[in-house]
Amino acid sequence: MWEYTDKVKEHFLNPQNVGEVENPDGIAEVGSIACGDALKFSFKLDENKRIKEAKFKTFGCASAIASSSALTEMIKGMTIEEAAKVTNRDIAAYLGGLPDEKMHCSVMGKEALEKAIENYQGAAATEPGAKIVCECFGVTDREIERAIRENNLTAVEEVTNYTKAGGGCGRCHDDIQAIIERVRAEAKPAVRPKLTTIQKIKMIEEALEREVRPSLRHDGGNIELIDVVGNRVLVAMHGACASCKASNITLKNFVEAKLRDLVSPDLIIEEVAP
Amino acid sequence: MKTVYLDNNATTQVASEVVEAMLPYFHELYGNPSSMHSFGGQVAKKIREAREQTAALIGAAPDEIIFTSCGTESDNAAIRSALTTHPERRHIVTSRVEHPAVRSLCANLAGQGYRVTELPVDKDGILDMEQYVASLTPDTAVVSLMWANNETGVIFPVEKAAALAHERGIPFHTDAVQATGKIPIAMQKNTIDMLSFSGHKLHAPKGIGVLYVRKGTKFSPFLIGGHQEKGRRGGTENTPGIIGLGKACALAAQNMAAENTTVKGLRDRLEAALLARIPQSRVNGDPLQRLPNTANISFEFVEGEGILLLMNEYGICASSGSACTSGSLQPSHVLRAMGVPFTMAHGSIRFSLSITTTQEEIDFVIEKLPAIIERLRSMSPYWTSVGQACVSA
Repeated sequence: MWEYTDKVKEHFLNPQNVGEVENPDGIAEVGSIACGDALKFSFKLDENKRIKEAKFKTFGCASAIASSSALTEMIKGMTIEEAAKVTNRDIAAYLGGLPDEKMHCSVMGKEALEKAIENYQGAAATEPGAKIVCECFGVTDREIERAIRENNLTAVEEVTNYTKAGGGCGRCHDDIQAIIERVRAEAKPAVRPKLTTIQKIKMIEEALEREVRPSLRHDGGNIELIDVVGNRVLVAMHGACASCKASNITLKNFVEAKLRDLVSPDLIIEEVAP
Repeated sequence: MKTVYLDNNATTQVASEVVEAMLPYFHELYGNPSSMHSFGGQVAKKIREAREQTAALIGAAPDEIIFTSCGTESDNAAIRSALTTHPERRHIVTSRVEHPAVRSLCANLAGQGYRVTELPVDKDGILDMEQYVASLTPDTAVVSLMWANNETGVIFPVEKAAALAHERGIPFHTDAVQATGKIPIAMQKNTIDMLSFSGHKLHAPKGIGVLYVRKGTKFSPFLIGGHQEKGRRGGTENTPGIIGLGKACALAAQNMAAENTTVKGLRDRLEAALLARIPQSRVNGDPLQRLPNTANISFEFVEGEGILLLMNEYGICASSGSACTSGSLQPSHVLRAMGVPFTMAHGSIRFSLSITTTQEEIDFVIEKLPAIIERLRSMSPYWTSVGQACVSA
């Protein structure tokens, strides 16, 4: 049995705003009966261009009905600009959270809202250039990319929980993984801030201890961090490594590669006398 | 609130006679049946009696019964034993509607290089016997077909299928977890080599299962350890579980007639009333080749989880083959194999009765369910206000 919050139960047992708005300003239908959930959503604006009325009809599980009900309550009184900023996370938060496997219900709400706003603004119904990735549930690469960005997803299973993509035959798992890697790679430069020398020393020392020393010790050697000058990492080799003719190759191919990977891609390693 | 328990294919209430039979073997008579002293020996004697009761329910000899921990262990032991004892063969025949205990195991074995044939079923869940025969090859190491389906109750002609496999020298296993105790099984009259069942589906506790292995069938143990079960299943006996199972089997034999008259009558009453009162509903599975206790009914254009949670508000327990309840995003593999349309599969509910079900309970469900379905349909975009189905593209 799913662990639903009281708020989800309340909105499922007593859903608000069921139905269709007469003469709506914006309307949208998302999902399909084959996928297991579908939502028909419509809204009407008042004279001040604020959402006066929003209604839904949903085919789906309890959390899909609750998400739809929550959405219609949340956006009442908002301007179109305010409503456009509502995310799937806001819907889930309004309900006190949803089980991971049910996050796609909040995403469906967000999609319906977005499409209804597009409908009001007279914009194209489908995103140009979007390609279907998951054939079973008709999920596009754009939808997957957005779910990854907005919810900071890192695994295929999470993408399935949020978009349903990959929840059927599973043939698209590799494609989803590739999209995750692409989106994460875009995000990387932003999350790797410039390091101070002290931070660098600390991270280098940690990387040496965890990733480098165990294998050097295995061969009877060791490595000591002497100093860090800008991107130059000065080290001394001890034990078997000190007299090893191949130690320079070890330094460049193994130690430097590790440090570049784990700390900063600009590091240069240099051997100095102990 | 009173609980109306109509989920007996998931698990059953342990019968009070069974609890009573088990209780002394926790605290007072806790000896190990393998021990040399008479304190343990008296437990071994009781296990012998339970083995006889268990064998009697399915028309087997006591030494053809191996006690295991659950149906899944029995299924795994049977299929792996057939593969081990026929190492030169690399083909497995099973069906698309098996329980995960068999289906996932076969998928796993396919990953290890075995060729697996999953036989299809028709819209009523019936196996095509011609296709079955055509699938059997000299390379086939084992056939595993369920006796009765857990979701629809549809019964496969396993005795006939076993005979056809035998003619070709192929070992035959059946997962009879749902069939045992609900319909008569007479192993002395068929040629099935191995049969699995589980205690908790017939009013014994969870954690006790049975694997029947016909005398003379080659067997390679799954759990290797002590000499328990004549070396065919290592591990200290679950003595209270075994003794409880023996009692439950004896009760099941006594209740077999009622299961097929009283319980079946209540099931038929439930089905007829719901179909009459709720438009756009239908029964899944062959109406005749079916267990007497199971009703799988689809209510079009609504989703199963919503139905279950609204029934839950009245204390009614059942289960669903919808995607939201299967934990997989897709509706039940059984209903998909039968080609049940999505509009119907997502709104499927399984009611499974037992000897403890009363007419008051059935009438309570008949009274409450139509309004529940109507309420969900009023929220469904596929159902218009005039009560007519309308599917948009």
